[in-house]
Amino acid sequence: MIYFDNAATSWPKPPCVAEAITHYLTEVGASPGRSGHRLAVEAARTVYGAREAVAELLHAPDPLRVVFGANATEGLNLALNGLLRPGDHAITGSMEHNSVMRPLRALERQGVEVTVVPCSGEGSLDLAALEAAIRPSTRLIALTHASNVTGAIFPVAEAGRLARRRDLLLLVDAAQTAGAYPIDVRADAIDLLAFTGHKSLYGPMGTGGLVIGDRVDAGLLAPLKRGGTGSRSEREEQPEFLPDLCESGTLNAVGLAGLAAGVRWILAQGVAHIRAHESALTAQLLAGLEAIPGVTIHGPRDAGRQTATVSFAIAGLEVSEIGLRLDEEYAIMCRVGLHCAPAAHRTMGTFPAGTVRFGLGAFSTKEQVAAALEAVAALAGKAR
Amino acid sequence: MSGGEYAVILVHSTSHAMHLEKLLGRRGIPCKMIPVPRQISSDCGVCIRIPRVHAGAARETVETAGIEIQKIVDV
Repeated sequence: MIYFDNAATSWPKPPCVAEAITHYLTEVGASPGRSGHRLAVEAARTVYGAREAVAELLHAPDPLRVVFGANATEGLNLALNGLLRPGDHAITGSMEHNSVMRPLRALERQGVEVTVVPCSGEGSLDLAALEAAIRPSTRLIALTHASNVTGAIFPVAEAGRLARRRDLLLLVDAAQTAGAYPIDVRADAIDLLAFTGHKSLYGPMGTGGLVIGDRVDAGLLAPLKRGGTGSRSEREEQPEFLPDLCESGTLNAVGLAGLAAGVRWILAQGVAHIRAHESALTAQLLAGLEAIPGVTIHGPRDAGRQTATVSFAIAGLEVSEIGLRLDEEYAIMCRVGLHCAPAAHRTMGTFPAGTVRFGLGAFSTKEQVAAALEAVAALAGKAR
Repeated sequence: MSGGEYAVILVHSTSHAMHLEKLLGRRGIPCKMIPVPRQISSDCGVCIRIPRVHAGAARETVETAGIEIQKIVDV
């Protein structure tokens, strides 16, 4: 069995992740941040440990400005819905996932203005167009760090410098990169970074959130939800400090125990080490696909400029059939279609047909890549 | 708690308590998370109990780190 769907959810996980989850469920169990007994304190310590791990990985200076939620989507919704008001203007790129596009389109109907600047499936971002799109009412630039369709890495640090120069905020969707590619929110001038636990952080689903930089005034951030936080219980108003402002209701502490273990595992391996391993496999995959007649690769075609995610098509075969046959005949699991990113596929000219996406991960091997290439060659050969 | 040998640091949230616990630990100040004593605050969270002799050093740690706390109270 070959699991090449890591861009959707990484699997397998390092054994320490399941161990941490089991430990939490069997030995800790209690609510974090609620009661004061020893198990509740241990629960709170587990959650705080996850904040520290994420902050360390992303070079965020303050663990208390790591806000947890269910996934990157929740982090993106918090940033966009929490900061943009009618009359504000926001800029994004044309390779975005629907987790950015849909909140922005909904905000547009409420009077937020949105400009989509051209990007390419290969990872280029027209910085001149980005700057030209800035208006007096512009508050925020929202950009994906890497396309979930082609793996193309976008120049977020350049966008960050532009944002600083023009006194705007930069929101980065790091769903595809956190853990797999070096990120330094300070050096890269990232004000808000949405992350998810279940992809390249090797945690479980239901974990993720938003890193909030110190240029963001928490007083101007409206939370997505309000409720019990375990703090300021005498008041009927939401606490105004982070992380409690944005973390109402009992957190997914068992999931965060797994997330912390996943991030600690990454820190022990080293992001650079994981990146080098995945880059080598990506180069092998790209070279192999290029050599197969009838295969078209969409994206940078350069392991140095993309994540370990590769999109392609086979002439004469619908992507849905390719996905089905890879699974049934070769036990290769991947994702086909539009990957929740219609804007990206329109940008690349692959809408509505979509592509086949191989998402490699830290546990992928060169033998698996070789076997997958043989399978693609066989399918392409039969289709000719 | 009534022996007069402890002080408690009241913070705004459990997350702040965890953060401060780390910093105090680094300074070698022994601390323990305990439920906030009812007579001090109606808050339902935890606070940090430290030996009273370390209250000065704890206050200094809080100020150096720029952490916002509610108060330090002898118990």
